[in-house]
Amino acid sequence: MEHYLNLAIKAIFVENLALAFFLGMCSFLACSKKVNTALGLGAAVIFVQSVTVPINNLIYNYLLTEGALAWVSPELAGYDLSFLGFLCYIGTIAAMVQIVEMTLDRFFPALYAALGVFLPLIAVNCAILGGSLFMVERTYTLGESAVFGLGSGIGWAMAIVALASIRERLQYSNIPMSLRGLGMTFVLSGLMAIGFMAFGGIQL
Amino acid sequence: MTESYKKTLLDPLFESNPIALQVLGICSALAVTSKMETALVMCVAVICVLALSNVSISLLRNFIPGNVRIIVQLTIIASLVIMTDQVLKAYVYEISKQLSVFVGLIITNCIIMGRAEAYAMQNGPFDSLLDGLGNGLGYSTILMATAFFRELLAQGTVFGVVLLPKVSDGGWYNPNGILGIPAGAFFLIGFFIWALRVWKTDQIEAEG
Repeated sequence: MEHYLNLAIKAIFVENLALAFFLGMCSFLACSKKVNTALGLGAAVIFVQSVTVPINNLIYNYLLTEGALAWVSPELAGYDLSFLGFLCYIGTIAAMVQIVEMTLDRFFPALYAALGVFLPLIAVNCAILGGSLFMVERTYTLGESAVFGLGSGIGWAMAIVALASIRERLQYSNIPMSLRGLGMTFVLSGLMAIGFMAFGGIQL
Repeated sequence: MTESYKKTLLDPLFESNPIALQVLGICSALAVTSKMETALVMCVAVICVLALSNVSISLLRNFIPGNVRIIVQLTIIASLVIMTDQVLKAYVYEISKQLSVFVGLIITNCIIMGRAEAYAMQNGPFDSLLDGLGNGLGYSTILMATAFFRELLAQGTVFGVVLLPKVSDGGWYNPNGILGIPAGAFFLIGFFIWALRVWKTDQIEAEG
């Protein structure tokens, strides 16, 4: 239990996908003008991330890695399909996003309307693919990858909501003309990344 | 080379830079720029994938049904990235280890999807090739500039060659640690955008 808690804290704060690894930066910078949109996108990312990372973990362990096909028949034990990884992960992600979209549309129309255009965008959000690639690189087990998926999603959502609230406040400040918009957002994210470094080295 | 080809190729360098104006492909720009060597390999990889994917998507553009185009594009891009990854692993293994997941993340690099969607789906293969090369070069300009300053100021080296001998090695230069950490890349790119917009004032964002 402690191990999982530690992993979650690490995924949320210490190794924050947005501010320590710069993943999902495009939507992080582009969709953070208003707190409401940031909240919607954050929620969608948490959901998709916590579903796709464990699924990709299963795919990796039972289909792709060396000897993974042994459960089908012993003759296949010698195959190593891990070079197909990228294609399978992105396929899973695109499919999951599509399924999530249809499910929400059918059963939770209010939530679907609230997330709107952000759902399809998530398929090309690098935080999602990055989460799956990190899971493979660090050889997490199924339980660990579920915790990691949830934690990293929460961390990303937290970062974008925080950035959006700072940007809303910034409307009242007098920034040099050429620095307004994208330039200032970069500087802000830099300051936030320094802030998040304070979490470095935390262990439970 | 005619005027319009030149425009397609050179405009993305400063006029419509993918990173500074189109807000595309920022993730990798920040993550791989702590050393010039890794940044250079990343640039070459992105230029190759971008040019090839633009050409192949442009060739297929009349056969791709509209409602499944995202999946088709992603499949083409993913296959190209797998090839690039295998080549990197075969010839520059050390650097490909340092790039870790970021080679795979070229798939979701929004420059590639963005250009496929915005340009290659509407234009012929040769124009798309030029557009791919141009945007790749625009991306590389920012990447290499960031990597140059980060490596020079944080470690006193350029491509691993010592220019500013560090105090810890008996020299005089006191390294600026903040550029070595991720946050430094944010500041640098922020300032690049600032400088670019002071020069090209029409890129300034309207009050929203």
